[in-house]
Amino acid sequence: MIGSAIERTLVGPMDHTLPRNPGMPLALDHVEAVQANTSAIERRAATVFARRSVKKQWQAAWLLKAITLIDLTTLAGDDTESNVLRLCAKARRPVRADLLAALGVADLPIHTGAVCVYHSHVKTAVRALEGSGIPVAAVSTGFPAGLTPLPQRIEEIRASVGDGAQEIDIVVTRSHVLRHDWQALYDEIAACRETCGDAHMKTILATGELGTLRNVGRASWVAMMAGSDFIKTSTGKESINATLEFGLVMTRAIRAYEELTGFKVGFKPAGGIRTAKDSLAWLVLMKEELGDRWLEPDLFRFGASTLLADIERQLEFFSTGRYSAHHHHPMA
Amino acid sequence: MSEHRTEALEDEGKKKKKKKDKERRRAEEAAAEAAARPAGAPRTVADVFHTMEYGPAPEEDTVANAWLDAHGRRFDHYIGGAWVPPSDGAYFDTSNPARMSKLAEVAQGSTADVDRAVAAAKAALPGWRALGCHGRARYLYAIARHIQKHHRLFAVVESLDNGKPIRESRDIDVPLVARHFYHHAGWAQIMDEEMRDYVPLGVVGQVIPWNFPLLMLAWKIAPALAMGNTLVLKPAEYTPLTALRFAELCAEIGLPPGVVNIINGDGKTGAALVDHPDVKKIAFTGSTGVGRIIRKATAGTGKKLSLELGGKSPFVVFEDADLDSVVEGVVDAIWFNQGQVCCAGSRILCQESVAPRLLDKLRARMERMRIGEPLDKAIDIGAIVAPVQLEQITKLVQQGQDEGASLWQPSWSCPTEGLFYPPTILSDVSPASTVAQVEIFGPVVTFMTFRTPKEAIALANNTRYGLAASVWSENLNLALDVAPKIKAGTVWVNCTNVFDAAAGFGGYRESGYGREGGKEGLFEYVKPRWIEDAADRPPHAPTKSEVGMSAPSEPSTTPSGLPPIDRTTKLYVGGKQKRPDWGYSIEVPGADGSPLGEVGRGNRKDIRDAVEAAHGARGWAAGTAHLRAQILYYLAENLAERQGELAGRIARMLGDPAAGTREVELSIDRLFTYAAWADKYDGLVHQTPLRSVTIAMNEPIGVMGIVCPNEHPLLAFVSLVGPALATGNAVVVIPSERHPLAATDFYQVMETSDLPPGALNIVTGHRSELVPTLANHDDVDQVWYFGPPEGAREVELASAGNMKRTWCDVGPRRDWTSDRESAGREFLRQATHVKNIWVPYGE
Repeated sequence: MIGSAIERTLVGPMDHTLPRNPGMPLALDHVEAVQANTSAIERRAATVFARRSVKKQWQAAWLLKAITLIDLTTLAGDDTESNVLRLCAKARRPVRADLLAALGVADLPIHTGAVCVYHSHVKTAVRALEGSGIPVAAVSTGFPAGLTPLPQRIEEIRASVGDGAQEIDIVVTRSHVLRHDWQALYDEIAACRETCGDAHMKTILATGELGTLRNVGRASWVAMMAGSDFIKTSTGKESINATLEFGLVMTRAIRAYEELTGFKVGFKPAGGIRTAKDSLAWLVLMKEELGDRWLEPDLFRFGASTLLADIERQLEFFSTGRYSAHHHHPMA
Repeated sequence: MSEHRTEALEDEGKKKKKKKDKERRRAEEAAAEAAARPAGAPRTVADVFHTMEYGPAPEEDTVANAWLDAHGRRFDHYIGGAWVPPSDGAYFDTSNPARMSKLAEVAQGSTADVDRAVAAAKAALPGWRALGCHGRARYLYAIARHIQKHHRLFAVVESLDNGKPIRESRDIDVPLVARHFYHHAGWAQIMDEEMRDYVPLGVVGQVIPWNFPLLMLAWKIAPALAMGNTLVLKPAEYTPLTALRFAELCAEIGLPPGVVNIINGDGKTGAALVDHPDVKKIAFTGSTGVGRIIRKATAGTGKKLSLELGGKSPFVVFEDADLDSVVEGVVDAIWFNQGQVCCAGSRILCQESVAPRLLDKLRARMERMRIGEPLDKAIDIGAIVAPVQLEQITKLVQQGQDEGASLWQPSWSCPTEGLFYPPTILSDVSPASTVAQVEIFGPVVTFMTFRTPKEAIALANNTRYGLAASVWSENLNLALDVAPKIKAGTVWVNCTNVFDAAAGFGGYRESGYGREGGKEGLFEYVKPRWIEDAADRPPHAPTKSEVGMSAPSEPSTTPSGLPPIDRTTKLYVGGKQKRPDWGYSIEVPGADGSPLGEVGRGNRKDIRDAVEAAHGARGWAAGTAHLRAQILYYLAENLAERQGELAGRIARMLGDPAAGTREVELSIDRLFTYAAWADKYDGLVHQTPLRSVTIAMNEPIGVMGIVCPNEHPLLAFVSLVGPALATGNAVVVIPSERHPLAATDFYQVMETSDLPPGALNIVTGHRSELVPTLANHDDVDQVWYFGPPEGAREVELASAGNMKRTWCDVGPRRDWTSDRESAGREFLRQATHVKNIWVPYGE
């Protein structure tokens, strides 16, 4: 089998080896030139994973990699300290040690990419993850609708950063996109970015509420121009979450933005990614559309809560040859 | 925060950083080590965690091999429902092109084997026909179900034998095969209703290519069976295996013996099938070269013929297209099935303003393509089918470079064992380059630029082929303006290589004729019912005297006693009366042998000029159907105006006063018929599974030559010219040789009827002098020939030059006064191409 050349380095979620995207002035010609042919994109989405298959030790390795890319998330109204702590413990040790040993990867630093919580649980999570190298991400701008007044959203970011969040997932005002008020969208995101300071910012476009793929592409451009470190599909609360179609439009925008500016922007699909197979499809999409560099946690994350449980079962199946049970794996 | 605390933090930070640095160093070392190991070396989970490479993902081939073994890796012919050894005991090998290893051996069909197979098909015919629509539908449905039940075996065998990626055989070929049989089970069921004026042809001979062995089998067999025919099919020499599995499937479902017969062999076997007198129709898919041979071989035999031949399909990219989607379109266009696709989008025509960007994107995409073992589920490009094909690709690419093309291939190298060729772009190519003109039939695409939509259309049509085209633009106005202007049987808007059983597929120009799929495809396997009903009618009346050979007769006088004023009849070319180039005239005798007048003796130059004039009448096709209807009505009106005069002249021609009146009356009636049809011969919108409006448009064929029969000098002329004009063709007519004056009188009707210049041109003279020029003319798109059989043979032979469509009336004698036999849809269908335009939608 002959394929593309191998060039790899291992990067942790907080290894900021890449220059951050500083953003650029809003350039409407680039925004408005975005085209997205829905039918053609659907066809590509339907075949991108069908064209690739990852089996045996390759699959096990890819699934381990997927774990390191997960923003292990709890964003529920009934979150309390106890389940957030449990989540953080799982983030540190996502896979049973005996299983890792059986896979011959006991030495690998396998932990999730981040833990993602509401602002009110940032402190708890930061404490729980101390020394682990796992950052805490906070959804801090009136999540999920993002319709609280901008000054309050800015304040919320400031508070989260103050509590130790190293990553901030912001949501955008959908109406700016739907009304094509790109300047307003740009200004809002740029203001958030400024407030984030050293914390990395993931901009949630809420793609399921933007109406068209073209809007998704255009909003992606504006978000990157305004200095986003990552662009992210969904809050997980929209009725349509992370689809491969959204993924194609957004990764293609990331590619074009890099061609224009030289800066690499990260990508985070979130919502609806539940199975090991889903995660492989996303990894294939990243590898094919953006290249291997986007298979590391500084440029790619999954927003997911139940994905990890399925991956654990698949890893055990690979290791033992027997289909696994949920209750054999420690819960989050 | 206290200073102490800050220091502690810094300390901790340093420690952490150290630890992390160490971790990273270790990881980087491990990654470097893993990457340095040679490809193919064992990989551990940890290795792959660092490299994130793809591994082998082989599709299981044990079941396929077990199937081959069960047959002892040797296959006979499938004739009359049984496996029959070749009469002369000869077998040939079929091999796996990816591994260059023999898979099995297959019977080599001799003429005796072909005879046997055709006899079996003939014997099965009455029973198959008597079974009726519903019975045949049940069998077709069973075939579809069985294909689905065994789909993986079909896919694996196909990839083993052909070298195509398992993803394609599994996800594209085999599902389309099942879909084709389902769809045609439906046509079988409703044939009596939907095709009530048609009957089956009889025994059909089918010869298919190696690029889509099972899919092409389905495209051939499904409509043939649905329409009540029995058949003998010859798969391609390189890829016989799935057809043999299909033969087995026919036995499994209990298909009556002899309905489907499969014989294998090379070109000689195919030729024996083509030449067999009991075969009523040949359906062929393959190269234009072989198509030409088949056209010549069947000339004059009365065999129906459909040919799906080569292509050099344009892939037109406008500046407002979604370029990332365009890139995937190119992948599907030219790197599908290793580019071994007759309709492969092999000529990218890109608007100059976005050309550099598109090229960059394509190159980046090509770097990520994967080539290799066809059974690997993670490759994009498999093996080239045979060494000779690989040589041909290599040779043509070299020639392209020698002529100045720039070659671009990805940086990775191809497997050295097996037959592989990397994805390739040739830029710096112009229409004058060989590689821009000839079909390469490999994963090689040429890249050219254009400035305006008009230029894009001109470049797209600058080819002898016309199979398919792909048009990329986000502007629907532009896409729907361009699609009808490209001369191709299929136009894909913002997609490419999309197929479905419900949509017809087939070519214009040297890409062949006939359609496969959709209702339009059914007509390839039927004939009008009246032909069967009139089977015992004698064929055409033999041509009697040569025109102008009869004895001179008395000059006639006028009632006043004065001599009549001499009337000069000319040719009618480009809307003008024109003297014949040669300056000779021919005397035309009446029924009693006395001279009735003279007509110009046209020659090849007159035909040339008439064709030129017809090409000048572009507005006729571009105008509205309503306008064409009006003009046809006006012709009828003006003909009625001169009814008495024309009737008298025709009466003298035919020696029957009543016949003259009747001839004119029926002609007026028939002009009304085609005036009526002009705006009613609608296309269809096909129901394909893709979310798409798939428009089957009836398009005029272009410039048509019509050779009229001797009988019914006005009625036959009008019956032939009417449908041709109604559908927007421009016509060059050679009127009745014996009675040309009816047509020349008619041009005076035309002159008062607003018919645009060049739409209808009349060249009188000797058929033997004019027809060859018309049939040989490379810029004539179709010839209708209504004359004696030997002439039909000549027309069909000559048509092989540019593969023009022909319609030669060689069946039982047609009753021109009968609407059933001589008017209506069959004539309109012969005057049009069906173009399928796929317009996917969704926002």
